[in-house]
Amino acid sequence: MSDLVVTALRFGFLILLWIMILGVVTAMRRDLVIGARSKTGAPSARQVRKHPELAAEQAPAPRVHARKLVVLEGPLAGTSLDLAASPILLGRAQEATLVLEDDYASGRHARLFPQGSRWFIEDLGSTNGTYLGDTQLTRALPVEPGVPIRIGKTVIELRP
Amino acid sequence: MSDVLTTPKPRRNAELLLLVLALAVGIGANALAGLDQDQGLGGDFYVQTITLSVIAVAVHVALRLRAKYADPVMLPIVIALNGLGLAMIQRLDVAMDPPTTAAARQLMWTAIAAVVAIALIMLLKDHRVLRRFTYISLILSALLLVLPLLPGVGMELNGARIWVNLGFATFQPGEIAKITLAIFFAGYLSTNRDLILLAGKKIGPLQLPRWKDMGPMLAAWLVSIGVLIFQRDLGSAILFFGLFMAMIYVATSRISWVLIGLLMIAFGGFVAFQLFPHVTARIDGWLNAFDPEVYNAPGGSHQIVQGLFGLASGGLTGTGLGQGRPDLVTFANSDMIIAALGEELGLIGVSAIVMLYLLLISRGIRTALGTRDAFGKLLATGLSFTLALQCFVVIGGVTRLIPLTGLTTPFMAAGGSSLLANWLIVALLLLISDAARRPAPAAGLAGARPSGRPGRRRNSEQERMTAGAGEAEQR
Repeated sequence: MSDLVVTALRFGFLILLWIMILGVVTAMRRDLVIGARSKTGAPSARQVRKHPELAAEQAPAPRVHARKLVVLEGPLAGTSLDLAASPILLGRAQEATLVLEDDYASGRHARLFPQGSRWFIEDLGSTNGTYLGDTQLTRALPVEPGVPIRIGKTVIELRP
Repeated sequence: MSDVLTTPKPRRNAELLLLVLALAVGIGANALAGLDQDQGLGGDFYVQTITLSVIAVAVHVALRLRAKYADPVMLPIVIALNGLGLAMIQRLDVAMDPPTTAAARQLMWTAIAAVVAIALIMLLKDHRVLRRFTYISLILSALLLVLPLLPGVGMELNGARIWVNLGFATFQPGEIAKITLAIFFAGYLSTNRDLILLAGKKIGPLQLPRWKDMGPMLAAWLVSIGVLIFQRDLGSAILFFGLFMAMIYVATSRISWVLIGLLMIAFGGFVAFQLFPHVTARIDGWLNAFDPEVYNAPGGSHQIVQGLFGLASGGLTGTGLGQGRPDLVTFANSDMIIAALGEELGLIGVSAIVMLYLLLISRGIRTALGTRDAFGKLLATGLSFTLALQCFVVIGGVTRLIPLTGLTTPFMAAGGSSLLANWLIVALLLLISDAARRPAPAAGLAGARPSGRPGRRRNSEQERMTAGAGEAEQR
């Protein structure tokens, strides 16, 4: 084989390697635009610069910080718990922060945890599910004060 | 926990397209090396081409059947890396005098690994089932790590006692132990995360853990130190401890754990450096590699310096496949395969390979972000981190950034146990990514049933899952 062909093949292979990488990155591109369509629907800084009215209507209501957890319904109704900066485990298991004596709750049912200035609730794979308002949790969701959380027959709420 | 959108499209066709590219890379490398060595395209070439293609298609079909929503780029990357490694091993076989047969063995192990990976994809319905085996996998890891030390079964090779003789082949059980350890850590940390987080004294900005919760940390440390002392395997020791540190940091996001871990490993490393001659020799060969005395010493820096010379002669674009002399380096087809590839593909080629690893690992971490359950998140992080740490330790060792240790380059280095373990890791990551990207089945149901009555069972499978989890907790 002539030297020219050998050299061409040599560089051709290096180009092929990088084409493969470009192909992979192109296939991933859909995943990389996560930020552009975030679920909160808040306008980006750039959009606000272009349309100043967006900022006004989207300005978030001053956030109320939750300080207390109150049990509204269920066997433990009336109990309340002060919230610190640490996560709270809800369930029937003895190691749970709030031990629910509720036959419809799982051992380790759900978890409340602070992130930034908000509290989030996450279902820990419970049998009967966790409901925030009317929706059943499929992933961690932020909890606003006053929105009921239903676990089995127990209903709890965060209070400012 | 994460607020990211997952794309609910299967994207198997994109995977098929990328697989064609990946096969072109693997087979092209093999063909080029064969042509440049004036071997022509012999029978070996066709056997390898056909086997690699069949493996790629078989795993692809398995994914289409059982894990439709799995990540589309992982499999092509793995096939490309495996093909490149195979081509380089074959090329080194031919260059050896007399010719060796490492490539045939590597091909056989690739096929075995792919079959096991397919079996895992077909049989394991849901990765959360593995959570039930949390403590079983701890016992299994301990057994696997002790196995090479038993007389009769274990054997010593090149100064490390990490091998088991199976009669027809040798095997490194430690490679499988990294998967079982990742399962244990993921299961343990996802169950006890809150307890670990809640307790502890606060000193300044650091919240220190309770002594009670230090148990698993100490266990991981002891395992690593034990591996270092009894098996004389520095690489695996770093890998196991790094895996645990990464997982505990991801689970708790407490920097104090990482600091404590680093202090412990620094202490252990210093004592090992003082006490064990093989560790001292490794560090010496790294720091004073170009000292003629160290270079000529048995087990000195000869290997690493030859590798560096190879990389240097490769330069930017490399000598071309089959035209360099990577066979001059000892263990060119296993420990030093990156140096061999660097010599023949140059900096441009090696950065492409590192980029492929980076993309694979980033997909693993992305999978962890998208997964809905804590166990899956931790497992995916741990497994991707295992791959990342292996790449760092090996490539860092070859390029003399850190002391050279005996870990394998994932998917490329000759070695059956490592291939099998890494294919299993990718099969698990693919399964987890399938669960992460699959549209949530409960979403539609919840909308149709606004005030979900408590006590209603969603489906039997989920019930089984939680029943299993419940049993584990009552222990």
